[in-house]
Amino acid sequence: MSLILKQVRKSYTEPDGTKLPILNVEHFALDKGEQVVLVGESGGGKTTLLNVISGITQADSGTVQVDGHDLTGMFEAKRDRFRAERIGFVFQTFNLLDAFTALENVMLGMSFAGNNGGKAVARELLQRVGLGHRLNHRPSALSVGEQQRVAVARSLANKPSLLLADEPTANVDVKNQELILKLIRDACSERNVSLLMVTHSQEVAGQFERVEQLGDFNKPGESK
Amino acid sequence: MNLVTIAWKSIRQRALASSLTALSVALGVTLMVTVLVMHSVIFKTFNQPATGYDLIVGAKGSPLQLVLNTIFHLGKPVENIPYLYYKELKENPRIEAAIPLALGDTTQQGGFRIMGTIPEFFGVEYMPDKKFGVYKGGRYLSKPFDAVIGASVAKANNWGIGSTFKPVHGVDDGSGEAHVHDEEFTVVGVLGRTGTPNDKGVFVHLDGFYMIEGHEKPADEAYAKAVATAKLLGKEPPPPPKPQADDAHDDDDEHGHHHHHHGPIPDEQKEVTAVLIRTKSPIVTPQLQGFINDQPQAQAVSPIQQISLLFSTFIDNVQLMLLVLITMIILVSGVGIFVSIYNSMSDRKREIAIMRALGARRGSVFSIILAESILLCVGGGILGVLLGHGLVFAAAPYVEAKSGIVMNPWAFEWIELVLIPALIVLASLVGMVPGMTAYRTDVAKALAN
Repeated sequence: MSLILKQVRKSYTEPDGTKLPILNVEHFALDKGEQVVLVGESGGGKTTLLNVISGITQADSGTVQVDGHDLTGMFEAKRDRFRAERIGFVFQTFNLLDAFTALENVMLGMSFAGNNGGKAVARELLQRVGLGHRLNHRPSALSVGEQQRVAVARSLANKPSLLLADEPTANVDVKNQELILKLIRDACSERNVSLLMVTHSQEVAGQFERVEQLGDFNKPGESK
Repeated sequence: MNLVTIAWKSIRQRALASSLTALSVALGVTLMVTVLVMHSVIFKTFNQPATGYDLIVGAKGSPLQLVLNTIFHLGKPVENIPYLYYKELKENPRIEAAIPLALGDTTQQGGFRIMGTIPEFFGVEYMPDKKFGVYKGGRYLSKPFDAVIGASVAKANNWGIGSTFKPVHGVDDGSGEAHVHDEEFTVVGVLGRTGTPNDKGVFVHLDGFYMIEGHEKPADEAYAKAVATAKLLGKEPPPPPKPQADDAHDDDDEHGHHHHHHGPIPDEQKEVTAVLIRTKSPIVTPQLQGFINDQPQAQAVSPIQQISLLFSTFIDNVQLMLLVLITMIILVSGVGIFVSIYNSMSDRKREIAIMRALGARRGSVFSIILAESILLCVGGGILGVLLGHGLVFAAAPYVEAKSGIVMNPWAFEWIELVLIPALIVLASLVGMVPGMTAYRTDVAKALAN
């Protein structure tokens, strides 16, 4: 198994002090190399779920296992390192850093995993996503489609075992949607990386064999 | 890519704000370096020439004035002491060398001070381990109307070996009051540059100096002084001088000066302005000083002590005040860095959150912000050190031309070594708060915004 969630609960405290349950997942799992799309309504807790899986946000209770490692039992610094090494992240808004070139953006993620070289790997990945000619361009000089392709290259730089993608095609045009989706799926298949993708798009969801409705396994209203 | 590289890229991203904050540090450091170098130059300029002689003996009065006048040519010459006193002093067993200086005239061209002295003057080290040297083809004083000139005099007046000049009594201030003597001196040697006021000196043979009209003390005045001194010492008064035909006063010109002598002046009528003393051992110096000061004829002062006193009471305090002000300027620059980085933090929360999402630890983002602060501060500091020395470098020729003070722009002060670590401490302090802001960034919230 690449990912296992057991009895994961997460709630936020509202300004008046009341608890607002967001996640209540009894069980959710992903096989090694499996590609799953997650659909659900806005505000349903999709992003929080990705944050809990990646260790950005700590669950209130339950266990989150990635590659057999329990993230909930780890100290924050170890969790950060684990995320850098094992989990790739593609955001809806690309989240590239404008101070860095395309190549440097890819290398930046590698440096947090302790890989301070890796220029050749970064270059190869950018060539893989069709940006071999845009290595030294800053994000502001790239089209949105190109920016998202840089983000995809960055997410794969540390050879993760799990890739989390939060609406990666929501901000790009139809032509780029297909291109980026294909890139992500092909790259994950080539590298046997498990993929969990959040989307609103039925068209995107329709291309996946396994489609999960968040509401089917997340029951925040039933939190104890 | 290491954390410093990441910090540097972030600085470059905000190029204008970063440059301005670094520049504010640089200007503060420039001021500090300039003050330090200038202080060191002033200290060396005053202190080094004072190290060549153990004591200066001159007429009783202000000890500092005696030192400043004799060594640094500042102010009008002090009163004279009798030549006979110098002759007596020279025989003191504690003394290794006693060099008389007779002052009062200047050159017509450039107004350089003329000093009557003995050839031995050039044999004594003017600073520890530093001896005078003359340019090739030159020699030291041997004949009465020989002159040896300092490097600055040679340059300013375009004089060389064989150049001749006539001394002016006092200083020719252009009022027409100054009297040009008839006697002509010939340059026989040009001294190598010493970096001391000697570079602006014109040295003539003491014998020639006394041959200049009016340089002898009138016989009656000299006698009256000798009698008064003998009285103070409780000795028998000396016999009155024999009248000399050459010494008649009936040929005074309109300036009140006398015309040329044809015979030697008796020692009783000779005077010297100061005597430079090298003692046989540092141990005997205070004894000798005490001995001279107990006598009514003269005072002995230690040039190093007087210069130290001048620095400790005046110049050091001025420097301290300047350094306090400059430290405050640098602190304000530090606050500028704090404001610049802190203000950028609200814009950068997302950037920090992205790094954290990519796996950067809290400590890493804290370090990146701290490194930014240190890079700005140290970068500004290094620029400031270079600008400071550059400023001295640019100013050195002008200062040298105006004052004769030689400034070495690359003379680093030990305190400059402290400057960079001090700036790192300052940068760490001002980077702490924005660094903590980065450390505490709520990643999920910042990414959601």
